[in-house]
Amino acid sequence: MARRLPDRGRLIDRARPAPFRWNGRALSGFEGDTLASALLANGEVLMGRSFKYHRPRGAVASGAEEPNALAAIGAGAGAVPNTRATTQPLRTGLEAASQNHWPSLEMDVGELNAFAAPLFPAGFYYKTFIHPRQAWKHLFEPVIRNAAGLGRAPDGPDPDRYEYFYATYDVLVAGGGTSGLAAALAAGAAGARVLVVEQSGWWGGRAATDGVTIDGRPAADWAADAVARLSDMPNVTLRLNAQAAGVYDHGYALVAEQAPRPAGASGLRERLWRVRARRIVAATGAIERPLAFAGNDRPGVMLASAVRDYLDLWGVACGERTVLAANNDDGYRTALALNAAGLEVPAILDARDAPAGPLVEAARAAGILIRSGMGVMRALGRKQVSGVEIGRIDGSGRAEDRIACDCVAMAGGWSPVVHLWSHCGGKLLWDDGEALFRPDPDRPPLSHDGAGFVIAAGTAAGRLQAPTAMADAHAAGLRAVEGLGEPVSPSPIPAASPVADAEAEGDLRPVWTSPARMPPKLASKAFLDFQNDVKVADVQLAAREGYESVEHAKRYTTLGMATDQGKTSNIAGLAILAEARGAAIPEVGTTTFRPPYTPLTLGALAGEARGPLFKPVRKTPMDAWHDRHGAHWEPVADWRRPYAFLRDGERVKDAVTREIVTVRERVGMMDASTLGKLLVKGPDAGRFLDLLYTNMMSSLKPGKCRYGLMCTEQGFLFDDGVAARLSEDAFLVHTTTGGADRVHAWMEEWLQTEWWDLKVHVANLTEQYAQIAVAGPKARAVLEKLGGMALDGAALPFLGWAEGELAGIPARVYRISFSGELSFELAVPAGRGQEMWDKVAEAGAEFGIAPYGTEAMHVLRAEKGFIMIGDETDGTVTPLDLGLGWAVSKKKTDFIGKRGMERSDLVRPDRLRLVGLETEDPAEVIPDGAHALEDLREDGRARTAGHVTSTYWSPTLGRSIAMALLERGPERIGEVVRMSNGADAPIPAKIVSPVFFDPDGERQNG
Amino acid sequence: MADQMTGGAMRWARVAGRGMIGLRLDLGDAALAGAVTGAAGVPLPAPRRIETAGARRLAWMSPDELLLFLPAEEVPAMLEAIRAGFGDGFAMAVDLSEARALFRLEGPGAREALAKAAPVDLHPDAFGPGDFRRTRLGQVAAAFAQVGEAPETFELVCFRSLAEHMATWLDTAGAPGAFPGVFARA
Repeated sequence: MARRLPDRGRLIDRARPAPFRWNGRALSGFEGDTLASALLANGEVLMGRSFKYHRPRGAVASGAEEPNALAAIGAGAGAVPNTRATTQPLRTGLEAASQNHWPSLEMDVGELNAFAAPLFPAGFYYKTFIHPRQAWKHLFEPVIRNAAGLGRAPDGPDPDRYEYFYATYDVLVAGGGTSGLAAALAAGAAGARVLVVEQSGWWGGRAATDGVTIDGRPAADWAADAVARLSDMPNVTLRLNAQAAGVYDHGYALVAEQAPRPAGASGLRERLWRVRARRIVAATGAIERPLAFAGNDRPGVMLASAVRDYLDLWGVACGERTVLAANNDDGYRTALALNAAGLEVPAILDARDAPAGPLVEAARAAGILIRSGMGVMRALGRKQVSGVEIGRIDGSGRAEDRIACDCVAMAGGWSPVVHLWSHCGGKLLWDDGEALFRPDPDRPPLSHDGAGFVIAAGTAAGRLQAPTAMADAHAAGLRAVEGLGEPVSPSPIPAASPVADAEAEGDLRPVWTSPARMPPKLASKAFLDFQNDVKVADVQLAAREGYESVEHAKRYTTLGMATDQGKTSNIAGLAILAEARGAAIPEVGTTTFRPPYTPLTLGALAGEARGPLFKPVRKTPMDAWHDRHGAHWEPVADWRRPYAFLRDGERVKDAVTREIVTVRERVGMMDASTLGKLLVKGPDAGRFLDLLYTNMMSSLKPGKCRYGLMCTEQGFLFDDGVAARLSEDAFLVHTTTGGADRVHAWMEEWLQTEWWDLKVHVANLTEQYAQIAVAGPKARAVLEKLGGMALDGAALPFLGWAEGELAGIPARVYRISFSGELSFELAVPAGRGQEMWDKVAEAGAEFGIAPYGTEAMHVLRAEKGFIMIGDETDGTVTPLDLGLGWAVSKKKTDFIGKRGMERSDLVRPDRLRLVGLETEDPAEVIPDGAHALEDLREDGRARTAGHVTSTYWSPTLGRSIAMALLERGPERIGEVVRMSNGADAPIPAKIVSPVFFDPDGERQNG
Repeated sequence: MADQMTGGAMRWARVAGRGMIGLRLDLGDAALAGAVTGAAGVPLPAPRRIETAGARRLAWMSPDELLLFLPAEEVPAMLEAIRAGFGDGFAMAVDLSEARALFRLEGPGAREALAKAAPVDLHPDAFGPGDFRRTRLGQVAAAFAQVGEAPETFELVCFRSLAEHMATWLDTAGAPGAFPGVFARA
């Protein structure tokens, strides 16, 4: 059984026990353990259930590639599901739980799926749930949804914090193994700014465990010294627990760093580094491959390197008797390590006929039985492996012998971790000798300058032997700093290439399954992708059914589509696909490597953007007053604006009605500060605006305002507003609230790219001013009470503006109206907005003034038939569609949208055009967006002839009103149309003019 | 090494009473540029730099744009002086004092706080006193400059409407125990 040994364990601190809980049970490990090593130390080999068949599973690996041992870490709101137990550091008080089972890990009802496994071949879902069509929605999908998904989402807001960190380096070294350290030393000594990140909590990678010596010293000593030298370099940053998760265009990389913190303490949990690096050295090592044999998913069947890691790093024996199944020499290191630790190795099953070399000889010398040409035909046991049946690797699968064991170590060769090389398009080469894909140095991912910006180093470059890996890594570090220009602070002593030594290894035999030609009975029990339960038989079936492309076979079988992205299964899977197709492996190729390398938490991606920082909210200078006075808020672009001001106990609907009546009968005030205000200034300002607006602006006299429309080149209306001519060479252009930034950018774009000869400058003054609309029959009376400016009709006529001091505050007063009432808008310096607001409210008190919100404004304008950008327009509507032809100049030779509007589709007579609608029952309000239903089509559905764009209850008129875009609308005034009303009967409504109230516009004159 | 900075690593305050004048002009036109530098008494900043003279600073905003910071009470006279200097030249000077909010960040953590949200190389070798960037902080448009060395001090402007958001962000970014401790080594 798995247990802790009294010795070994380079990473654990036996003086610091770390009690933790597993599925509610109290267990204990040591500081330095991972959750997986601590569980194994406690004899807990069973760690989870597989996704599809709910088969019992234990850890296969010892690192980031782990497919099986996924756990939920923490409890309640702070829980994180789907965490790899093999990378989760153990901390005192850690709470962890296994996943994907009910009612318990040991006794799982879902395991019944396994008995039905023959019924669930590859593509089962695609084949089965097609008919009957209705059943998908009502039966299949709900059941599958319920069963789908790993882990469980936490049940409350995450108590922890996350943040980003932007960093720029000359060189990012991904991986802190001996290769990464050697590359960093070379680049660092040359004076480059270097960031070295290592996903685990220790430096030096697996060289020490593999018995490598570097510069004559044990690898661990060399690594410690290398880290000390790098720490002394001010130009080098070293980070542990930080994984280079993705590489993107132009040397951009994401690094996910786990912040160190005690279990249970809330605080910073993860930091997502957003790194810009001129070169990225991918020193990401390699991943060992399992062998596919029947029952290879039984707990206790593990990668040989993992068995060695648990022994050496954490002092854990994964079993008492371990059978090694290998197709190469490296696996022998595990047998030798186990033997040296006094653990039994009853046999090495070597797929090769005549293994030889120093490692093989050492195993023989240690008295370990080597059975060449043999492999595991079937692993026995259920919740833990209890033995293996063995047979000829080139045989039929017949068992010749049986060996009792509680651990099987699989050594199927190594695959370089090429993910970072490949994320941005680096190409791979198939290396026949080593049977692996490695980066093709001639086809790296290219940066903006056409140069490769990722350099693979050491094992990740396919140099599996330590001596060549170290030399390659040193060279990679030097290559990374080539052409980077002046170094920051070169070291007086350039780094020399470290010299590594390790036992020589013979050739591997590229067999992927055991036996090499697998009969169907065994193939249907031999797992490739453990997490998604994809077996050898599934890939063979896919090939038989014609899935020749590896990308198609992947999606059909789900091989490599689990949270581990097939790190341990992809190569074997495509080798088996190649074999089934009778093609060579490089011909089949790999699937696409996509970031992130391991899943990122949503918290890390969100960073600081949560709670109040989730989205910036823009606030006007009077925002706090509104909040104190019952503002019911609505978002308008990035702003928040009062929808209505609620009095005590008042319903929103009633407040809106009261506000409308107040404006129509007395006077109301509204915060209009969010309106865009763009200063357009220069000798060519008038010419420029004539080109931007559909109507003429250059003819406007200083002191006057004019309503104008802006179209896209296609002739569609995209913004409107009032422009005021401030002087001969300056206009203040008002835009919609949401359009301010867009129109500003639009102006800059035209000035910078097309009309750079025009002498015009634009400044965004939106926030320089607070703007207050005062509207209603008593508006002038209120403002005159403030004193300081003549505001009578002669001094300030409709569509005029004046500048002066109002109530002692410098103000510009525009006489414009969006409500149809006598109306003024006061612009004052933003810092004095609240003061002016207070003075208007005070002066207006005797006239019954009240603040009104955006909804009252909307209804007031709709009663007048004024359009609203975004309601009456949707990017397909022209000014002519809206009856605004009067604002489209026929005299101007050009303006943006002029040619677009002349296209045949835009002058079609049956276009949707603006009308008003009055329901036959005046109390009935048409639903927003309702369609005008016409004659039935052949399929029995009604044809739509247009739709409602705005619809309200009008307190002014005591009836419902709506605006709509209807085919040939204005030609059909007086007709009755049927408007859709959800499931209820359509609502009959009469087509009328969109101007419902005060059609002659007399009220705005006061 | 990591997370070595704790409480009090960054202090911030909103700065009141500072006026701002936005300037658009051909920076290569000696007469127009001279109108600004002459009236303000601050030299013309190089690209991505800010120049300081007494209580005034002049920042480079874009190839044809400057931003002048000055005591708020000086704004009307300064506007007049600059406009007079421009004469009939094609240039614009406009009061933006009310449109923006100004913050001051100070302390050993200030640099790293900014690096949590601005895609700018904030390494001390790359961004030092007098450097100025027009960029973003998280989701918000902003510009900042290093204006002091000991303690490290930065000034930051954003749109006025986002001042509350910025204050919340500064409190979050400057929370104790949440500094990477990267620049502190340099």
